[in-house]
Amino acid sequence: MSAVQILGLHKSFGDLEVLRGIDATVESGEVVCVIGPSGSGKSTLLRCVNLLEQPNSGRIVVNGVEITDPDCDINAARRRVGMVFQQFNLFQHLTVLDNLTIAQRKVLKRDKADAERTAMENLEKVGVADKARAYPATLSGGQQQRVAIARALSMGPEVMLFDEPTSALDPELVGEVLGVMRTLATEGMTMLVVTHEMQFAREVADKVLFMDGGVVVEQGPPSRVIAAPQHERTKTFLARVLDPINRSE
Amino acid sequence: MSHGQEAGPAPRARLSPRKRQRIARSAQYAIFAAAVLFIALSADWKAVVENFADLEVAKQAFPELITIALKNTVIYTLSAYVVGFVLGLVVALARLSSIAVYRGFALAYIEVFRGLPALVVFLIFGFGLPVAFPGMKFPFDQYGTVAVALGLVASAYMAETFRAGIQAVPRGQTEAARSLGMSHTRAMVSIVIPQALRIVIPPLTNELILLFKDSSLVFVLGVTSLTTELSKFGGDLATEYADSTPLVLAGAAYLVITLPLGYVVRRLEAKQQKAR
Repeated sequence: MSAVQILGLHKSFGDLEVLRGIDATVESGEVVCVIGPSGSGKSTLLRCVNLLEQPNSGRIVVNGVEITDPDCDINAARRRVGMVFQQFNLFQHLTVLDNLTIAQRKVLKRDKADAERTAMENLEKVGVADKARAYPATLSGGQQQRVAIARALSMGPEVMLFDEPTSALDPELVGEVLGVMRTLATEGMTMLVVTHEMQFAREVADKVLFMDGGVVVEQGPPSRVIAAPQHERTKTFLARVLDPINRSE
Repeated sequence: MSHGQEAGPAPRARLSPRKRQRIARSAQYAIFAAAVLFIALSADWKAVVENFADLEVAKQAFPELITIALKNTVIYTLSAYVVGFVLGLVVALARLSSIAVYRGFALAYIEVFRGLPALVVFLIFGFGLPVAFPGMKFPFDQYGTVAVALGLVASAYMAETFRAGIQAVPRGQTEAARSLGMSHTRAMVSIVIPQALRIVIPPLTNELILLFKDSSLVFVLGVTSLTTELSKFGGDLATEYADSTPLVLAGAAYLVITLPLGYVVRRLEAKQQKAR
């Protein structure tokens, strides 16, 4: 059974049709990277998978549960899907530890000791356990994003969504976040990642989706989509991304 | 700086800009000094001291100025503030509700109570409601009536402040909370409102200062010697002794409270500026 199944997904904002019929699947334990120019609908697609955007039509099935079903409990569905945002979105008024425990306690009803144990395990995993008592504003961007990953992991998600997780980071901090994501991938986490990091996509992804104009233009293993793209649009995009100075036109 | 023809030809600018500035500043000092001197010379200082700082009259104001008048002003203000705070938060949430009826009601409420003078609200509460609903009584008599009437006026302003604070919390905070499975209400209570409150602490403290002054309107409800507050107390004594000293004392009592609060607001604002 696929971890995430997306069927005929359409999404419009007013007159602007952002997603024009997306079909895609993420198998359990697979890492799927979504690439494409800005405005192509990548982020909207990702946000539909945990219903931060309500699709206009189409179906999304997460581990056998159709979350687009009107009778589906949205809050329950979101619990099973972790999300990491471009801007980290850590809760500014809470310490790192409380950022990780609040949803465990209020949503999963775990007791304090239990929630803190899970939180510390995940902070350990992303390498910021020493910052447990600090407030988010005192951390570097890379640390904040790793805390955000740990926060999502603390809910025990079946699927992790990453929305351009390194785009807001200073270049020298990108590596530490990608490192954590790579570790997650090797541990078998199912991941759907919107990214501009081509090297990460090439090395970590099992499958790459190239989106443009609200449709999936091309998909397949990175060895095909990135190394030997078939479509003209994919070739143009990759040429710009991989060699931005000489192909800026 | 104008460069039109009427500004005169360039050679007239014999003074350097810095020199011109120094002269202008000296002139301003001179005007200020002249004004102070004029007032000091033309005032009848003996009469002034007698009318505003008569120690004999001042003695009559104590200890009731503190034990009754100041105490009541503080009680009226704080109780109204609590009512205003709770109502204001509820109205702000209604204003941001997804249900149109709530939004409409909240908007009307805010516009009405912000648009009415506090004095009119007091008169309606003091004389209108008892006629409309015979036998209706607020708990704690006068104190209850004041808390509700002044609280309603305060709540309209506070609702707008809360709304601004809630809207100032970045959208991503709600999205992150929802993505962790929190319901809309849970995200509001645990994530958005705590952050909004921090943002609105300075304007809410300002509102407290305004309320201290508005509490003087209690006099229209009629107060006894036990329920009197600073302004009324000072005014009554001033009439009794035909001397303004009690008013000066009452004014000073307000400042003892409002000046430190104003200082706190400035400190908090500076701190928030830095945090940004």
